[in-house]
Amino acid sequence: MSGLLEVRGVGKRFGGVQALADVTFAIQRGEIYGLIGPNGAGKTTLFNTLTGIYAPDEGAFVFEGRDISRLPPDRVAAAGIARTFQNIRLFANLSALENVMIGRHVRTRAGVVGAILRDRRTLEEERRIEARALQLLEYVGIRAQANAAAGNLAYGDQRRLEIARALATEPRLLALDEPAAGMNTAERQALGRLVRKIRDDGVTLLLIEHDMRLVMEICDRVLVLDYGERIAEGPPAAVRRDPKVIEAYLGAPA
Amino acid sequence: MRLAPDKRRRLFAGAGIALVGIALAALPFALALVGTSWVRIANFAVLYVLLALGLNIVVGFAGLLDLGYIAFYAVGAYTYALLASPQFGLHLPFWAILPVGALLAALFGVLLGAPTLKLRGDYLAIVTLGFGEIVRIFLNNLSRPVNITNGPIGIDRIDPFRLGPIDFSKTGHLLGIAISGPMKYYWLLLVAMLAVIAVNVRLQDSRIGRAWEAIREDEVAARAMGINTRNIKLLAFAMGASFGGLAGGIFSAIQMFISPESFVLTESIMVVSMVVLGGMGNVWGVILGAVLLAVVPEVLRWSVAPVQQALFGRTLVDPEVIRMLLFGFALVLVMLFRPAGLLPSAVRRRELAERAG
Repeated sequence: MSGLLEVRGVGKRFGGVQALADVTFAIQRGEIYGLIGPNGAGKTTLFNTLTGIYAPDEGAFVFEGRDISRLPPDRVAAAGIARTFQNIRLFANLSALENVMIGRHVRTRAGVVGAILRDRRTLEEERRIEARALQLLEYVGIRAQANAAAGNLAYGDQRRLEIARALATEPRLLALDEPAAGMNTAERQALGRLVRKIRDDGVTLLLIEHDMRLVMEICDRVLVLDYGERIAEGPPAAVRRDPKVIEAYLGAPA
Repeated sequence: MRLAPDKRRRLFAGAGIALVGIALAALPFALALVGTSWVRIANFAVLYVLLALGLNIVVGFAGLLDLGYIAFYAVGAYTYALLASPQFGLHLPFWAILPVGALLAALFGVLLGAPTLKLRGDYLAIVTLGFGEIVRIFLNNLSRPVNITNGPIGIDRIDPFRLGPIDFSKTGHLLGIAISGPMKYYWLLLVAMLAVIAVNVRLQDSRIGRAWEAIREDEVAARAMGINTRNIKLLAFAMGASFGGLAGGIFSAIQMFISPESFVLTESIMVVSMVVLGGMGNVWGVILGAVLLAVVPEVLRWSVAPVQQALFGRTLVDPEVIRMLLFGFALVLVMLFRPAGLLPSAVRRRELAERAG
């Protein structure tokens, strides 16, 4: 195993609130890395800082040996990190297929001239974009809904579509923000299988999750944040017994 | 003879397109029977189609509300006027100037787009509205200290299009049939329109078109998917503006006179209305909107007085007043009963359904 993402002393402040303070960890290639913590612990802020929506105030994100801390979101995606959103952000009025095709944007090249002339290379690229998008819909199990509007899909399918769209950008690191939120047991288990399959196919995963059963089941290691600070890291079974973690979740013993 | 179903369908489609093509090409002869002014009206309708299709790229595809679009029309019109009139004594051929005007308009599109990249909706609308006015006021005042635009007086004696022996401002004869100037412009406009339609349709169904849709739907998600929203937005502004510039050049030659008065805010609003009324994002809807809004006021101009005569025996209300009243009333009705436009795009229909539901 080799280091894929190194997070070095990252800090982020919003006005008087220290959302992240000196957060340091490393994700190894090929693992499923969990990020947990009580509400407001800074998990989503860490995601947004990693993916370029905010720039960190201190520290750095080093991805595959390259400092990506100051890159805008589109360059982060191009570098090989894709994400989903806690409050699903699909292109709701476009079809599921179009959503995934848009994910191919960053790995394809056709410009205005190609679009207007429809030369052979553009048509060929367009054909490959569509074929790949259909393949990805099949991969996450919603191929049958390819032509349905994304916003009309069942909730669980919307989560799957967001994953397919993110995979379309060919990431080496896929960051999922609470993918199991609102899912029932069967859906959650199916999601767990999908996440493992993605890892087995060579994509490293970073996962924010509230659902402890899912975290225990699939994560190789977890990092626990509380008030923007790292309070524990390790295999899920060990972290669960950590007194600091128990205190963060349940409050200090009286 | 039996044909495979898809071959037969293609044959039907081909025949349909050929019929529409012939009808469009023959239209000026029919209109000329009613009066040459109707050929001119048809020309203006096609000019508005060009403008509306250009604006549709910005508003319909990329979702950026632009209320200053007429400025690009002005840039194209003034480019032609300055390079083909006695103003500077330049008389370049039209086929050389039109691309220059379109490119210059595209540059102005980028100029407007660059500072407004972070703005959306109402805020963007206000800035673009201001931009349109700035361009018009500049044209109005660029007569001192160096006289460029001739200020509010405008530029006249602009060259008509000339192609070899064909002069677009004069009536010519072909096989004994009189071909008037407006008819020649009509066919030229028809070719331009078909080209612009093809560009619109192909852009919409392409990698770039999808990127525009993504930005319109959710800019944050679009960026997270690796779309460089800055470049893609500027591209929309530039592409849309270039069609405006092209239309402006043709307008300049047809009128042979332009002044800043032709490029006022109400013209921008007119073009936005065409896009919205027809169905933003849907090329065919936008064309319908442009043709209707260009032609209906003219039809009303000619019909309001005679209808009153027939009904009441005299003209009760000034035709000019009732014309705009009916026009406004029609717009209100369309927006009440077809809020997504006459021919809405599928996506736009979903958007409105979502908001209502």
